[in-house]
Amino acid sequence: MIREITLGQYYPVDSVLHRLDPRTKLFGTMVFIVSLFLANSLASYGIATLFLVLSIRLSKVPFSFMVRGLRAILFLLLISVSFNLFLTPGIEIFRIGFLKITWEGVRLAGFMALRLIYLVIGSSIMTLTTTPNQLTDGLEKSLGFLKRVKVPVHEISMMMSIALRFIPILVEETDKIMKAQMARGADFESGNLIQKARNMVPLLVPLFISAFRRATDLAMAMEARCYHGGDGRTKMKPLCYARRDRITYLVYLIYLVMIVLVRFS
Amino acid sequence: MSIKAEHINYLYGEGTAFEQYALRDVSFEIGDGQFIGLIGHTGSGKSTLIQHLNGLLRASSGKIYYNGEDIYQDGYDMRALRNQVGLVFQYPEHQLFEVDVFSDVCFGPKNQGLSKEEMEARAREALTQVGLSERYWDQSPFELSGGQKRRVAIAGVLAMQPEVLILDEPTAGLDPRGRDEILDQISALHNEKRMTIILVSHSMEDIARYADRIMVMSHGEKLFDAPPKEVFGHYKELEEIGLAAPQITYVARQLREKGVPLEEDITTVEEAKKAILGLLKKTGKAGSKE
Amino acid sequence: MEQKLQKRSRRQKLPHGKGADGAMGIIRASRLIYDYIRRDEDDHVEEVNRAIDGLDLDIQAGDFVAILGHNGSGKSTFAKQVNGILLPTEGIVWISGMNTADDDHIWDIRKTAGMVFQNPDNQIIGNIVEEDVGFGPENLGVPTDEIWRRVDESLAAVGMTAYRLKSPNKLSGGQKQRVAIAGVMAMKPQCIILDEPTAMLDPNGRKEVIRTVHELNKKEGITVLLITHYMEEVIEADRVIVMDDGHLVMDGTPREVFSHVKELKGYRLDVPQVTELAYELRQEGVMLPDGILTIEELIDHLLPIFEMEKDGAL
Repeated sequence: MIREITLGQYYPVDSVLHRLDPRTKLFGTMVFIVSLFLANSLASYGIATLFLVLSIRLSKVPFSFMVRGLRAILFLLLISVSFNLFLTPGIEIFRIGFLKITWEGVRLAGFMALRLIYLVIGSSIMTLTTTPNQLTDGLEKSLGFLKRVKVPVHEISMMMSIALRFIPILVEETDKIMKAQMARGADFESGNLIQKARNMVPLLVPLFISAFRRATDLAMAMEARCYHGGDGRTKMKPLCYARRDRITYLVYLIYLVMIVLVRFS
Repeated sequence: MSIKAEHINYLYGEGTAFEQYALRDVSFEIGDGQFIGLIGHTGSGKSTLIQHLNGLLRASSGKIYYNGEDIYQDGYDMRALRNQVGLVFQYPEHQLFEVDVFSDVCFGPKNQGLSKEEMEARAREALTQVGLSERYWDQSPFELSGGQKRRVAIAGVLAMQPEVLILDEPTAGLDPRGRDEILDQISALHNEKRMTIILVSHSMEDIARYADRIMVMSHGEKLFDAPPKEVFGHYKELEEIGLAAPQITYVARQLREKGVPLEEDITTVEEAKKAILGLLKKTGKAGSKE
Repeated sequence: MEQKLQKRSRRQKLPHGKGADGAMGIIRASRLIYDYIRRDEDDHVEEVNRAIDGLDLDIQAGDFVAILGHNGSGKSTFAKQVNGILLPTEGIVWISGMNTADDDHIWDIRKTAGMVFQNPDNQIIGNIVEEDVGFGPENLGVPTDEIWRRVDESLAAVGMTAYRLKSPNKLSGGQKQRVAIAGVMAMKPQCIILDEPTAMLDPNGRKEVIRTVHELNKKEGITVLLITHYMEEVIEADRVIVMDDGHLVMDGTPREVFSHVKELKGYRLDVPQVTELAYELRQEGVMLPDGILTIEELIDHLLPIFEMEKDGAL
């Protein structure tokens, strides 16, 4: 169950994309997301597809691995596609009862589906090629200017990185607690909403207690290893742009210009 | 009354590239009132196996019968099965949640839909059975020591009055005395209540002392299934899969190899002491205190 | 549940810990007392629980010292004193001459006496093995090149180089503990304190961790303070200390300590099976020496007795 979540998971291989600076990849993901919202024609989706295929190729992560991340959004995808498909006014193709399907609907639903799928795949390329730590490092450095207005950027990024480390552990623990309570006859499935909420108590109490315990332990372990905030800290993997990053930024620029040109010409 | 498993297979990630057998063609029958030691290194499939026995996991293929009834047949009441086959997981922290010990132990009986009196009677009996002094009953379970938490967790399952009790490493993390106390309580349940016990453990010494049958798991397969003495006779194979016979077995073996006529199947300190003293006495002077 | 630990709030110079002759161990405790104080909402003392009660201890550099004791004997509390996580209620703890209550030296103390905890999951911070090992040096402000050198060396020292790019979640318990040890090694400590590092591991993981620690002790000369209640793990230690109820109750070589089987059992502890068998046989008058620790020793001492018997019978 836990193994199937690919969103936000790192895939350890060595590729150009893996070696890129996380800031470059963060920026690239943003550019790609913006481009998806600018795209409104087959031509622009064509360019986006090309860009995506190139990235997937360069990442050396198997395509099937990325597609699995889509399962998480399947429900969302179905809803938005059917909304667009059935509720867009325009030239009718056929109708079932009060539901009618229009050419415009098909077009919109198609683009919407593509947009969502590309969004997920695009961002999972970033998380698959960037370790969570690099990612938070990238965010910390990109948002470093916020420090001047007293935003605790280092602390936030440390928290994010710790959260990423403990999410899988807590998910697994939830599974174990559920089983331990089911062995005592607990029922997490039947009943109405209120009953269900009440039935969650035997699951949530042990889970919270365990999470607090882990937090205390971890804080102690961090202090024992001389952690005292971001001041005076050096980096094992300091971020610095290389030539490949500059080239990548150039690629982004060209890509964005093309998308904009297609959109507004 | 019995548990019977026939050709159980269990696959992780079925249909994906990560497909892997967690259990492969496991069959056995456990009769009434047996004390079974289940051993195997981490990842050998022993935890997966016990979760099949009360229906928390469903085999990919194969059949499990409880008291002759197929637990996978339509309409089989899994919750009733869980009342009969009690499973205590390794960490008591995973199940304790109530404000006090007594209410926590009542959780199982409450889920069985028992009356308040019946529920409390059972909780009282269960807590007494695990030997937890009455002064702890009103305390928060989170403030107890590791050994006491373990007892509350076991009582929480006992209160459901199961016929079979499965314990997943009930002594992990306890100090030696705490370990002995818990194991003695479990052994008492077996002797006095004729309860069927399945004890999952890493400690050969513990299992040698209590179990009358040992099942050894390795890579999802059942490797041995025999009385302790027979299983520990295969100490070379056990070592190959990262396990070992109790230390005392090695002492007896090596003495035999050096020509001391000891029995081959010594597995506990008691037996070794008796055998060695017996030999020394037979030949004469030693054995008497000087 | 509000358990207030004594936080370092005082800022003061404290007496330097050198003994009269100038020679003192790397870890030294003098008349150490530690109370866990529980307070209610209004900060009134509700309950005082004395975990350590007047402990005097001196540990020499380079030694492998094991501390035994049942759960609640005060051994883990002592471990936390050595690293400055807890501060004495009374008495003084010196680490390599530095008083742990001295705020100016706190990071030096933690660097000198690194700590490995019981739960392997709750002490790994990094999402990748090598990044976790680098966490300590990063905090110490070590330059990047040097961090890499230290990470390489530490991973090699615990035999985890092959796993350096793995996620800690994919490792076994024993491997996680070795990563945690590497994380401490990367801070270049003189001494490592391991607080029940094997309590949550299976037998193979336990062996793996203990073997690693012994290697560090022998090859790198690291002082080791191993806290445990598994008797098999202390047989090869240079010195075994037994704690009970906050006191030091036994102190000696493994052989000396394990010759007192009855006393150990009285402290809720156990002895290895061979030691127990030898002890039982001695009680029955068989001429065996005290404190037998290994199978080989027992066989070596038993065989002549059997030979004698044979000769006597013939």
